[in-house]
Amino acid sequence: MADLKELVLTTSGVNPLKCMRCGKCSGTCPSYDAMEYHPHQFVYMVEKGDIEKLMASKSIYTCLSCFACVERCPRDVEPAKLVEAVRLAVIRQQGQNHLKSEQIPEMLDDDLPQQAIVSAFRKYSK
Amino acid sequence: MTYSYFPGCTLKTKAKDLDHYARISAEALGFTLEELPDWQCCGGVYPMAKNEIATKLSSIRALAKAKELGQPLVTLCSACHNVIKQVNHDMQTDDNIVLKANNYLKLAEPYQGETEVLHYLEVLRDKVGFDELKKKVVNPLKGKKIAAYYGCLLLRPGKTMQMDNPENPKILEDFIRAIGATPVLYPMRNECCGGYLTLDEKSVAESRSNKVMASAKDHGAEMVITACPLCLYNLQKNSGVSDLPVVYFTELLAEALGLK
Amino acid sequence: MRRIGVFVCHCGTNIAATVDVKTVAETLGKEPAVVYATDYPYMCSEAGQNIIKDAIKEYQLEGVVVCSCSPRMHEATFRKTVAAAGLNPYMLEVANIREQCSWIHKDIPEATAKAIVLGRAAIAKVLLNTPLIAGESPVTKRALVIGGGIAGIQTALDIAEAGYPVDIVEKEPTIGGKMTQIDKTFPTLDCSSCILTPKMVECAQNDKITIYSYSEVEAVTGFVGNFSVKIRRKARFVDEDKCTGCGACTEKCPVKNIPDAYNLGLSNRHAAYIPFAQAIPNVAVLDSTRCIKLTKGKCGLCSTVCSAGAIDYEQKETFVEEKYGAIVAATGYNPINIDGYDEFAYSQSKDVVTSLEFERILKADGPTEGHLQRLSDGKQPKTLVFVQCVGSRESGSQHGCGKEYCSKICCMYTAKHAMLCREKYPDTDVYVFYIDVRTPGKNYDEFYRRAVEQYGVHYIKGMVGKVAPQSDGTLDVQASDLISNEQLHIKADMVVLAAAIEADKSARPLATMLTASMDTNDFFTEAHAKLRPVESPTAGVFLSGVCQGPKDIPETVAQAGAAASKVIGLLAKDKLSCNPCVSHSDPMKCNGCSSCANVCPYGAITYEEKDFSRRQDGSMIRRVAVVNEAVCQGCGACTVACPSGAMDLKGFATGQIMAEVDAICK
Repeated sequence: MADLKELVLTTSGVNPLKCMRCGKCSGTCPSYDAMEYHPHQFVYMVEKGDIEKLMASKSIYTCLSCFACVERCPRDVEPAKLVEAVRLAVIRQQGQNHLKSEQIPEMLDDDLPQQAIVSAFRKYSK
Repeated sequence: MTYSYFPGCTLKTKAKDLDHYARISAEALGFTLEELPDWQCCGGVYPMAKNEIATKLSSIRALAKAKELGQPLVTLCSACHNVIKQVNHDMQTDDNIVLKANNYLKLAEPYQGETEVLHYLEVLRDKVGFDELKKKVVNPLKGKKIAAYYGCLLLRPGKTMQMDNPENPKILEDFIRAIGATPVLYPMRNECCGGYLTLDEKSVAESRSNKVMASAKDHGAEMVITACPLCLYNLQKNSGVSDLPVVYFTELLAEALGLK
Repeated sequence: MRRIGVFVCHCGTNIAATVDVKTVAETLGKEPAVVYATDYPYMCSEAGQNIIKDAIKEYQLEGVVVCSCSPRMHEATFRKTVAAAGLNPYMLEVANIREQCSWIHKDIPEATAKAIVLGRAAIAKVLLNTPLIAGESPVTKRALVIGGGIAGIQTALDIAEAGYPVDIVEKEPTIGGKMTQIDKTFPTLDCSSCILTPKMVECAQNDKITIYSYSEVEAVTGFVGNFSVKIRRKARFVDEDKCTGCGACTEKCPVKNIPDAYNLGLSNRHAAYIPFAQAIPNVAVLDSTRCIKLTKGKCGLCSTVCSAGAIDYEQKETFVEEKYGAIVAATGYNPINIDGYDEFAYSQSKDVVTSLEFERILKADGPTEGHLQRLSDGKQPKTLVFVQCVGSRESGSQHGCGKEYCSKICCMYTAKHAMLCREKYPDTDVYVFYIDVRTPGKNYDEFYRRAVEQYGVHYIKGMVGKVAPQSDGTLDVQASDLISNEQLHIKADMVVLAAAIEADKSARPLATMLTASMDTNDFFTEAHAKLRPVESPTAGVFLSGVCQGPKDIPETVAQAGAAASKVIGLLAKDKLSCNPCVSHSDPMKCNGCSSCANVCPYGAITYEEKDFSRRQDGSMIRRVAVVNEAVCQGCGACTVACPSGAMDLKGFATGQIMAEVDAICK
């Protein structure tokens, strides 16, 4: 869908046409094995306008936002920003929060830093 | 020298040690960390989207307050540092964010990225100087083989963070040398620990932190230091490696300065 | 008023699709001075030129305006056309309605209106044109080749073959360049030295060729056919005429820990050294920064062992000044510095090497004497990973040294390296990570396919993300395999990085001396990308080899020959006709302030004391500028610098330019 693609491009500020399909982002991604669609596929699928598949995939929650792909991309494509934009396209919708506050108590342990909960909420919920 | 200081949520709770040892070491090294009044949580991760404004406001408030006080803003937690530094970069470069954030905040004077953001380590390196630090060490950690763990947030994206070479950093290693110990180089020191996925996909955090700890151990480390509470948590709780202690770098600093 | 003819070209559809050429011709035909105006599909064709010639005669035209492509393309053509019809060739003006109009506009009415305005400007100018006559200048029949790699060597040999003397200036102590460091050459796998050293020897033995090794060009003045060049011959502290190249000094020299540039620092050399066994000239050099005698005044061992008495600690640099008719730039390339590519652990592991370093490892006179060995522990690697495009095709700025262009040679030499590993050491596993395999060229793709099909090299489409040195000495190569959509981890013993190549650092200052233009990558610009690929836009300056852009050895040699043939064509002429569009100074207006001479890049302006005495006013002698028309290149800098308006450019007079501006603004 063209408007979804437009939304992802605007939100991310990324130009997927800069990609030369080298795959260095996926060669570098620490979360690769936990992703159904890998960073290079995000770039290509956004370019093709295949946004819904990405929105439905759990890959949008397994990106660590570690910026390794951003750092190492030889063409400054910044794939992580596309993952973030697709995730926002989901969680900004009413009722689409991936993490709900009632889930938190069972996740807690004595050492879990507040930072983990704050970060997860920012990534998974609106 | 007095710096504005942004401790962040975790340093007031689970990571009190990181904060405490930093403050007492600072005094011993001749600088003061003055906690910003009414600081708000940075949110833990940098909001990357171009059209996210609200999630950046807490960082901008802290930055604007430091500007008002005329002090550089010092952070300690890697996550806080990453968020505040990247938001500050937005406020220097992204006109749209600058406009909307200032429209919202209605500050006496618009904020445009004027504040200098420094990580505590940068203060040690660039303001105190590692040579000076070395002179003040009373209890050198001689012979201790220490692996520095940077994780991702301290260094990346390198162009914005500007702290060190993101692929082959040395600020923590230089710090380790300054307190008399021996740094251990290992390739996983700038690879992610698994971060917040400990909540949503624990297996990722487990496998990532295991790789980091195994690599450090493999290269002969006796201890790992970090500046990030979440890294510390993952490396300690999720890595499955229990015989390699992970501590905050400030704790070792205080120890070396004879404050612990 | 002069009788002007206007000729509007369609350039097929290049112009006519966007500009209404009929309207342009009709409208310009109504201009006061225009007595004839027409349009034609291809004005540059013979039929088109005949239309111009016939009209000149029929309408007694005194000036001609052609509305067509850029004057860089066909001004010379149309000047000949009008001259053939009896007009002075400089009574022609070209209005560029293609590059500056039809190609950059989409809207027909807008483009048509602009074409008319450009035509009017040309008419306004041609009304003020004066007939100009080109002078002549002699040609010095000697060529200079700057750079003594395979490009410079081939160019020099070809020029000498035609009978003209040619000098090679090489900044290193020996000629030969990069090709001396290479083991085998693709696509035939013949030994690089075996095919290069005969050519080096030929250079040394050819009495038409003079080699200035360990020398650099210091200054260039003059112009096509008449360059004067100052060459700095660095002190090598060894008398080139006496040294026999016996090597006694290099063996006895006690300073032996200097990184050897020939081996890219993978081994050490002495302070007294001969770069390699086949060096030309085969003469030793003392490294002045490290020699104990030269730095501390002690030692002197080399002098005692030299039976030829060639060591000369007092030697000073000297300067040679020579005249040349043509200059060839052949400054070559270097791999980029990839110290910053820390994700590949280049600066962290000795077993991560560049491709050129790998050449040294494979070559018999390299640090491992040609044995495939790891530099860390001397063991033979079992698993090798080659990474393509390290620093090539990179637009991101994180490394600060990446190049946006494709370095062109890496796909082929990597296939070669992979093949050589598998051939000599069949027990090795060889992986090549590629983004695209680019192997156009005769027998090139077949070569790459042979690596895959006959030699069993594993080609994987994807890029390496990280190389992590392990405690057991292996290298964990983390990479993507895009075809199988997997992330791979390969436990490698050695990683070879195909570093991008870049123009040699000496090229930029040389271009400034030659007033030759360069692109943003510091490659020399050619006069025309397709039709004049070995000439610089600066007349008399020619381009050979990688200094013009990345290319492999066969292409370099072909281009070197092409550059030589252009040089020979120039040197074969006894005289060159000069550009008559040169500056001249009006002595009545000139106040001798030197502003013009200060900006002249060619040193064409001198001053003389001119006698303006008149009987009624008494004696008056003033200093005024004089332009040497043979040296002036007509750049016009002086006309802008002149505060009194004395300086003007023939063919581009201030009055003509202002008339054009007036016509445009009317």
